[in-house]
Amino acid sequence: MSGREKILATVLHNQPQLTPLPDISIFKVHNQDIVQKYIDTFIGIGGKIFSVESIDAVKILIPENFDITKRIVTTLPELTDVAELYSPTADPHSFQDVELAIINAHFSVAENGAVWLTEPVMGHRILPYICQHLAVIVSATSIVSTMHDAYARIGEDEYGFGAFIGGPSKTADIEQALVMGAHGPITMTVFIIK
Amino acid sequence: MTVGLFIPCYVNQFYPHAAIATLQLLQKTGVDVVYPPKQTCCGQPMANSGFEYLTEDCNDLFIENFSAFDYVVAPSASCVLHIKDHLHSQKNNEQATLLRAKIYELVEFLTDILKVEKLEACFPHKVGIHHSCHGLRGLHLSQMSELVAPEFSKPQYLLNMVQGLELITLDRQDECCGFGGTFCVTEEAVSVKMGKDRVNDHIKNGAEYITSSDLSCLMHLEGILHRNKSAVKIIHIAEILNSTL
Amino acid sequence: MNTKEHATLAEDFNKDEERVNWHDGSLWWIRQKRDKIANQTPQWEELREAASAIKSNVLSNLHDYLLQFESNLQKNGIKVHWAEDAAEHNEIVYSILKEKNITQMVKSKSMLTEQCHLNEYLEERGIDVINSDLGEYIQQLDKEPPSHIVLPCIHKRKEEIGELFHEYLGTEKGLSDPTLLTRAARKHLRNVFLTRRAALTGVNFGVAETGEYIVCTNEGNADMGAHLSEVQIASMGIEKLIPQKKHLGVFLRLLARSATGQPITIYSSHFRKPRPKQEMHLILVDAGRSRQLGLVDFRDSLKCIKCGGCMNTCPVYRKGGGLSYHNTITGPIGAILAPNLDMKEHADLPFASTLCGSCSNVCPVKINIHEQLYKWRQEIVKQGYATNKKSLGIKIMSWTLSSPGTYKTTGKVGRFVLKHLPFVLNNKINPWYKQRDMPQAPKESFDEWYAKNKDKS
Repeated sequence: MSGREKILATVLHNQPQLTPLPDISIFKVHNQDIVQKYIDTFIGIGGKIFSVESIDAVKILIPENFDITKRIVTTLPELTDVAELYSPTADPHSFQDVELAIINAHFSVAENGAVWLTEPVMGHRILPYICQHLAVIVSATSIVSTMHDAYARIGEDEYGFGAFIGGPSKTADIEQALVMGAHGPITMTVFIIK
Repeated sequence: MTVGLFIPCYVNQFYPHAAIATLQLLQKTGVDVVYPPKQTCCGQPMANSGFEYLTEDCNDLFIENFSAFDYVVAPSASCVLHIKDHLHSQKNNEQATLLRAKIYELVEFLTDILKVEKLEACFPHKVGIHHSCHGLRGLHLSQMSELVAPEFSKPQYLLNMVQGLELITLDRQDECCGFGGTFCVTEEAVSVKMGKDRVNDHIKNGAEYITSSDLSCLMHLEGILHRNKSAVKIIHIAEILNSTL
Repeated sequence: MNTKEHATLAEDFNKDEERVNWHDGSLWWIRQKRDKIANQTPQWEELREAASAIKSNVLSNLHDYLLQFESNLQKNGIKVHWAEDAAEHNEIVYSILKEKNITQMVKSKSMLTEQCHLNEYLEERGIDVINSDLGEYIQQLDKEPPSHIVLPCIHKRKEEIGELFHEYLGTEKGLSDPTLLTRAARKHLRNVFLTRRAALTGVNFGVAETGEYIVCTNEGNADMGAHLSEVQIASMGIEKLIPQKKHLGVFLRLLARSATGQPITIYSSHFRKPRPKQEMHLILVDAGRSRQLGLVDFRDSLKCIKCGGCMNTCPVYRKGGGLSYHNTITGPIGAILAPNLDMKEHADLPFASTLCGSCSNVCPVKINIHEQLYKWRQEIVKQGYATNKKSLGIKIMSWTLSSPGTYKTTGKVGRFVLKHLPFVLNNKINPWYKQRDMPQAPKESFDEWYAKNKDKS
């Protein structure tokens, strides 16, 4: 008997009587102002927010808030004025000198500030992690209330890799002192387009 | 209604005043209280040390002493919890089951069964409540800080009826004092550290007396208070509720 | 090999009271953050109940869920391996790396691989492994195991970490600023991520329905390793499954709130298919879990989602230290998992508790930890692991307390000794007396008072 067979046999023998799954449709949170809730939560986590009318405003805010002498990469063709359009065939390692990555998100979650990304919006899996600073474009109408709503939105999308990203990377491993910028980006900025 | 009074072993030997106060308090409310003289112990010290299998004789003695009463009341949350959770008997299973349902700790007996609404008691001092873990998380005498649930406190409800008494607020509402049965000697260093920290919380917040439903906790805290020559005293809640000018 | 017992290690820890106060304060603060956010989360107690019920269903149907998970992983292009024990797990990792001539690997947090002593195994075979989670990295440099499953070096002062970094990373002597130390680690580990071809991660949740697994971090280290790797390995305990993707909503809402008081970890990465030109492997590990599943009183400990909340709330953990548990998983959950793995080595752990019950009431999956601690005590004594001294003492107690006559005499003798011969008990041999005074002996017991006064009312 292989390890696999032995494990499965022991599990089958030892597992208790079947108990049913609970009904999780009972978990609902209603937000009076979902956009404001998202903004407050994300800022509370240490993120930065700009509310803008359109993507054109983003083009102006980028040079005002980031060092444009360094490498800026984007997945959005509309932003090629201020950033380099990413190459889908590039080796992930080639992004190691990216100062700022600008991508968009499918939607974001008000209760925890997180954005949901899959490869089509990330460009490359590594891009939102390897950059020194991350900027994400989110539409105000795409904000959902809770993680339950999030998974309903995600549905049966057969992504290869999906990620919730809820702010700049951080650690408090040294004496519980909060430090922004562990191994992922040091800052995260969200542009909410109304 | 008849009440069988159960006095835990160490209360009997070292803190008889708490037992006397319990008896008198119950008598004041008009209850017919009987103290079975052949009682010994609930068996908790043995069970908590892993020797539950040795408590059969102790359990049978308990059943023998207390089956006849409508209720059994004890001034000890931990003993009551132990009986509620662990009283079993091969010989007297039915009696054991009945007893588990009719045993009460003093505070909950006063609030839930006798539904006391006023007390002729006077204790003009600053008092800190030590919520013993067995009373708090075991018997739900008060709401525990871990749960997201409505606040309530049976001991506080009763103490609010006592004239002149001022309750202090602690920094950590319901942290364990570190007694834990044989833990107090097998893990002496941590036990004492936990006790010292609880005592300091009470002292810092101005307590003159520390009260509880459990004299085991209080005995441990008192040992630390005395060793550090503190003026703060321990007192079982029965003695406060039974006190007069 | 027998390590020192919890009581001795905790006593050593208590020699430095200032450090104990600092350790206790840090962890209590995290408990408070957890309380704050729990109280702001609607239906918190219902969420705990749902999570507990989902995990009960998983354990009751684990066999079929494992098969479903395996099938879906394979459909997604992930290679599935099964390991009965630590040795087999380590061999599998080694063979995957050897096949590709890989001699360096970067690892993100995995308590399972700590339990398996994977790093040592690989190093003996010429493969260098670096732990990329900052706290795990610090512990690795110091050759010490983690003291907490989420906050691995919560017991270390920043000055101590500064010394380690000065020795191993060449930072300035005396540097102890957390931000600057973190930046030094960031720089060094960035190079590790960029140059290593293999990355190993743990698994927080495996979804049977879709054949994907989720890795939660705050630092981004799991992703930095994984997305730059040619070979990505995930080591997963078989109990980490959940049935359907939508259940992630429940668990991801509870995990970080229970662990650190955050609404979610910064990164919750859902791995489903390998990247082009990348190989992904997942190792399903038993290592005692299927046996625990068969222990009626103890199987619910397998529901654990490794949040560490029980450690933050436990006063014995906070004031006795995590390393005093001498086990990979420390704290209350460690104390109910360890005896199944090695009862002789860990017989002391279920006794390292006052059974206060705080742990059970913060546990996001409502494991009855304190009840299991009590039950383990009965098992341990039954299997003969109680000390002879304790057994004899308890047997005498049992005999005394079963007989009213003996009991009364013993009580009288005890009070007499306390009153008239205090030196018998007030001495160094009596552990109670070390830092506490003995209770005072009253002149009569309640029995005696009652006998005199019962007829006067």
